[in-house]
Amino acid sequence: MENVILKIKNLNAYYGSQKVLKNVNLEIYENRVTTILGPSGCGKTTLIRCINRLHELSPGARIEGQILLKGEDLYQIEPMIVRQKIGMVFQKPNPFPTMTIYDNVIAGYILSGIKLSKEEKDKIVEESLIKSGLWDEVKENLFKKGTFLSGGQQQRLCIARALAMKPEILLLDEPTSALDPVATSIIEELIIELKKSVTTVLVTHNIGQAGRVSDYTAFFYLGELIEFGKTTEMFTVPKSKKTEEYLIGKIG
Amino acid sequence: MNEKTIKRRIFNNKLYKIFVFLFSFLSIIPLFLIIYFVLIRGLKYVNLKFIFSMPKPMGEIGGGIFNAIVGSFIIVGVAALIAIPIGIIVGIFLSEYKEKKYTEIVKILVDTLQGIPSIVIGIIAYLWIVKPLKQFSAISGSIALSFIMLPLVIKSTEEVLNLIPIEIKEAAYAMGVPYHRIVLKILLPSGSVGILTGTLIGISRILGETAPLLFTAFGNQFLNLNLLKPMSTIPYLIYVYATSPYKDWHNQAFAASTILIIIVLSINLFGRFMEKKWKM
Repeated sequence: MENVILKIKNLNAYYGSQKVLKNVNLEIYENRVTTILGPSGCGKTTLIRCINRLHELSPGARIEGQILLKGEDLYQIEPMIVRQKIGMVFQKPNPFPTMTIYDNVIAGYILSGIKLSKEEKDKIVEESLIKSGLWDEVKENLFKKGTFLSGGQQQRLCIARALAMKPEILLLDEPTSALDPVATSIIEELIIELKKSVTTVLVTHNIGQAGRVSDYTAFFYLGELIEFGKTTEMFTVPKSKKTEEYLIGKIG
Repeated sequence: MNEKTIKRRIFNNKLYKIFVFLFSFLSIIPLFLIIYFVLIRGLKYVNLKFIFSMPKPMGEIGGGIFNAIVGSFIIVGVAALIAIPIGIIVGIFLSEYKEKKYTEIVKILVDTLQGIPSIVIGIIAYLWIVKPLKQFSAISGSIALSFIMLPLVIKSTEEVLNLIPIEIKEAAYAMGVPYHRIVLKILLPSGSVGILTGTLIGISRILGETAPLLFTAFGNQFLNLNLLKPMSTIPYLIYVYATSPYKDWHNQAFAASTILIIIVLSINLFGRFMEKKWKM
């Protein structure tokens, strides 16, 4: 039985006069990995930036419709609180360059001015780094700058940083597009592993990655949700002609 | 392409290279001439006694420029205290609110301020501060110098903040960090080295300014620490001594120039060094 954690209702998103998402209706299930799949410019990134309300920071950006987190309208809550409940990892690894690995993990607390005891900090850092599979590689160097790590390690540090805030949903915006195949497969295993503790929404245009890691897939094309369903079903018997054309590489 | 064209192209390439190197060499000659000339004439009079003793009364040989050195540091220090915080805040504004029309206007005004001749700034400070207070004062000199330093701090802050990748800022936004803390804890620390370098270059620039001090801080034969009284500075002292008819004062002007050049060059080199060492 699937539990709906996030419900997107009649969502339209704009940049100025340009409409980038057209009447999207989508449900995200708890503790599952949902892939937002589609070619460049289909509105994938815009969709997840609407979910954590980063979209509205761009000049001229606005939305219509509703996004409900456990029944609560995200657009009726302070954006800062929304963003603490919904973590995000970006395309390019972006650890804070002035901070150590340790501080990067608890950056969300430091930057928001939330006071923690030494024990609490140590615990959050260790737990988050274990969850992101980075602990064994960095436990000796916690007080070195995060920017000395390799790209793949930096990305896992960013995942740890997002997990440290104990989010209800983790948004991953093409997290492996800047990484080599080895680092990519480590992150993909990590995404599957994380299902136990967090709901994940993964944006990718990599069909193979969607197939490998996700339970559900939403296929977008030019701002419209074309098809949504179980990944295994969609990848074997797509309902829509467009989905099939994308999956076999005819469009993209 | 025949052999002749290729040969001509290779020759042209060489010619351009020679010109580029030649002109870049020519451009540094004046600097070396200035430093050489000042050091030759001034260095022999520079010693601890010259630095740490007060000027002798007119007509007597010897004496030092302690009052001017102290005065320069005080006046420039106060000017920096005024210009740095305001400059950083305006720099943050220019880099953070690029789309606003008001930003464009502020930008043009900052550029204009940078282009205003320093003596005009001196006159303004005279009209605004010296005249109402009815006396020359160190603080009026500081305020005039801070106007000169302000655009330098603003521009270096703005440029440094523009270099910080948007991803870093978004990472902080995505964790629900409030805007003012993003500025204080992410933008300023990430740009700190660049801002520091810009500030140091601003300080070394105003250390050598004479014109705005002529009718503000004016000058003082004695050691003065009161900001509301006239105060001597190294460039002002150089100006007075160099235009005097006395041989001994001419020598002292060169010695003071040597000290000024050494201070300014050290601050500049230190700034460059910091930039290289800590750049991310």
